[in-house]
Amino acid sequence: MENRHIKLKIKRQDSPDSLPWWEEFCIPYKPNMNIVSVLMEIRKNPVNSKGEKTNPVVWECNCLEEVCGACSMLINGIPKQACASLIDKIYEKTGFEKKIVLEPLKKFPVIRDLTIDRHSMFDNLKRIKAWVSVDGSFAIGRGPRFAEREQKWAYVISRCMTCGCCQEACPNVNPKSNFIGPSAIAQVRLFNTHPIGAMHKEIRLNALMSNGGIQECGNAQNCRKVCPKEIPLTTHIAALNRDTVKYSIWRWFSE
Amino acid sequence: MSKAKIIVVGGGLSGLMATMQIAEKGINVDLLSLVPVKRSHSVCAQGGINAALDTKGEGDSTWEHFDDTIYGGDFLANQSSVKKMCEAAPGLIYTMDRMGVMFSRTVEGLIDLRNFGGQKNKRTAFAGATTGAQLEYCCDEQVRKHEASGLVKKFEGWEFLSAIIDEQGICRGCIAQNLVTMEIHPFKGDAVILATGGGGMIYAKSTTSTICTGSAAGAIFQQGAYLANMEFVQIHPTAMLGDDKTRLMSESARGDGGRIWTYKDGKPWYFLEEMYPAYGNLVPRDIASRAIYNVCVEMGLGIDGENQVYLDLTHLPTEFLDRRLGGIIEIYEKFNGDDPRKVPMKIFPGIHYFMGGIHVNENHMTCIPGLFASGECDYMYHGANRLGANSLLSALYSGTISGPAAIKHINGLNKLSNELENKCFDQELHRQIEYNEKIVRMNGKENPYNLHEELGEKMRANVGVVRNNKDLQANECFIREIKERWNNINMVDCLGYSNQVISFTKELKNMIEMAHAITIGALIRNESRGSHYKTDFPERNDDEFLRTSKSRYTQNGPMIEWEEVDISIINPRKRSYGEDKEAAQNGE
Repeated sequence: MENRHIKLKIKRQDSPDSLPWWEEFCIPYKPNMNIVSVLMEIRKNPVNSKGEKTNPVVWECNCLEEVCGACSMLINGIPKQACASLIDKIYEKTGFEKKIVLEPLKKFPVIRDLTIDRHSMFDNLKRIKAWVSVDGSFAIGRGPRFAEREQKWAYVISRCMTCGCCQEACPNVNPKSNFIGPSAIAQVRLFNTHPIGAMHKEIRLNALMSNGGIQECGNAQNCRKVCPKEIPLTTHIAALNRDTVKYSIWRWFSE
Repeated sequence: MSKAKIIVVGGGLSGLMATMQIAEKGINVDLLSLVPVKRSHSVCAQGGINAALDTKGEGDSTWEHFDDTIYGGDFLANQSSVKKMCEAAPGLIYTMDRMGVMFSRTVEGLIDLRNFGGQKNKRTAFAGATTGAQLEYCCDEQVRKHEASGLVKKFEGWEFLSAIIDEQGICRGCIAQNLVTMEIHPFKGDAVILATGGGGMIYAKSTTSTICTGSAAGAIFQQGAYLANMEFVQIHPTAMLGDDKTRLMSESARGDGGRIWTYKDGKPWYFLEEMYPAYGNLVPRDIASRAIYNVCVEMGLGIDGENQVYLDLTHLPTEFLDRRLGGIIEIYEKFNGDDPRKVPMKIFPGIHYFMGGIHVNENHMTCIPGLFASGECDYMYHGANRLGANSLLSALYSGTISGPAAIKHINGLNKLSNELENKCFDQELHRQIEYNEKIVRMNGKENPYNLHEELGEKMRANVGVVRNNKDLQANECFIREIKERWNNINMVDCLGYSNQVISFTKELKNMIEMAHAITIGALIRNESRGSHYKTDFPERNDDEFLRTSKSRYTQNGPMIEWEEVDISIINPRKRSYGEDKEAAQNGE
């Protein structure tokens, strides 16, 4: 294993307004490395594969255990968490020492190099009122009982870390649409299932049926494949399709 | 009259809880966070949150929870504050439940409870093995509601640099830097709450996130705030080994039946069960970490001759494991490759949590009026060793204290920050701008990331599970040396936009100051208590050291002062986990 190297090709960009360019790096191989630990090696000695000094690559990371959602990027074209992308696993697919290509996610504005601005995803959570409305954060006794059966699947939705991989993979999320995307839709189902959250489910269904809502989904099914938390996003979108249809009929009759 | 505003720094559980409590009173909050708050380190907490809900027919009580916490902390925590926290815990859990946390459930739809270390009763509420993430998301959602209503303004991607302190010594806001534009900006506020978390990164490799540098605490330490009990750093017994970080494998794995073992004379040796028959695998973390360290380092019995032992779940049913521990099993599988359902996990102790931190009074105010601290960055609730699943509790609970206390402070002010002259704001702003310019121009030979790695390596070797004065003295010399070497850093990124090296270089300076306080605290405390174990002083010494160490910054290094511990409720007694603990009878 001596003298083996990891070859990286990284799409770089100095600022939101400047043009992107490519730079290659060559990092000594160690077992059990992941994309984040390779990027950490670059900043300890910021030199490109031609031996020229360069600025360290800028990227976002935090927990390094695929829980925080920060380090989403395109790794060989696939949206993933960089921390959980092990070099050995990548080489199992591509062959050892094959060049690994890193790019920022394309559905979000680039800040610098691999960092992107995902605040639109958090704004979408505001649009669908992704919270349980309570009287306050003070103690007023036990919460409602909640069946284990329901908790099991709702818990899976509540693991969404707003990483942006599903947005990236969805063809209907693009500059021409204001589609809120798969993750925000699934969140509606989470809040509409909680016994207190369900008291305001119409507000969220209304939001889902407004401009950029659930009707923008083209059922490409890509979101489900890339979700690092394996949330069955398409199942939840289908369920909410039924809910919104039922709700719109009810709304039509009650008007 | 102008409107009052409170600045909360940090969007983890404690900061979000404080924000909620303030916003509910109609007061504006500026919420500063290094990362989008949903990505804060609280998401990494796995196993659960303690509260004596007593829904398992065990007769659990908040008194028993209090006694377990004080005993587990080797009597160094202030008892009145801990007692209030344990009494508030059930109400807090029910509040989080109302707000939509997907807690795991019993067959009749109640919040389920599991076992955890250092306590005999089932007391730990959980959401699979991602409890921290679930609580954090819930608080994030509640704060988003207040953000949508305009009460809370979020500044995500901003780093706290220093507090603004007026001529009378009152905190009037803070200076922060935008990590994208690199702009340095004064935030005027009538109180500042730091909820900036622990400092695991001081040890470079730890179970914590990369933002957990303790930098904000280090900054206000240099501005005159005290640090307390810094020598008490929790080392979690079961972490995965790794080059970039040691990933946590939750204590809930043992709470749900996992067993620790290694080979001895060719046969599996369940050493915790043998050494501590009453608590077995569920001894507190300091005890378990020392045992694993001894078995590997002193006895040389680690698996494959390496520093590692087994954490074994393979005897438990797969369906049970997936439901209760899916979150950590995924992490292990992903980063190691082995399936913990079929093969025992290899683990070793890793740096995990800071019991010590910013010194505060019972209202979470520092010695600088108007400057508060809550969450892992404070020192209040865990004494010399924290019980598992008490950190999510103290994070949330301390936010319910610091938030309202900040409001009370504002109500007592003669003038709000907006009504003051600009002098104190301008002075601190200029100081930070000059400092920033100095950093940008640094043209020495040291790479800050390599320097950081060296710091971490020395801290792990000299101020880790087992300590002695010789190593600690050597570490102190090293810290003085690295302080000098910091001046010789090279600014390896020459762009002025989204420059991570500038902020890391500043964080490193503060980490070094924090490391100094940890080292001096450990050096001076000539006893063994909780997580602080010294081979030259292996016994607890209440006569001399049943005291909180308070560290004050000076140019020549930290100075230690001592403060009496509040032991007004239960008398200190010997701590042992070989036999069942009887809860203290005094009190109610």
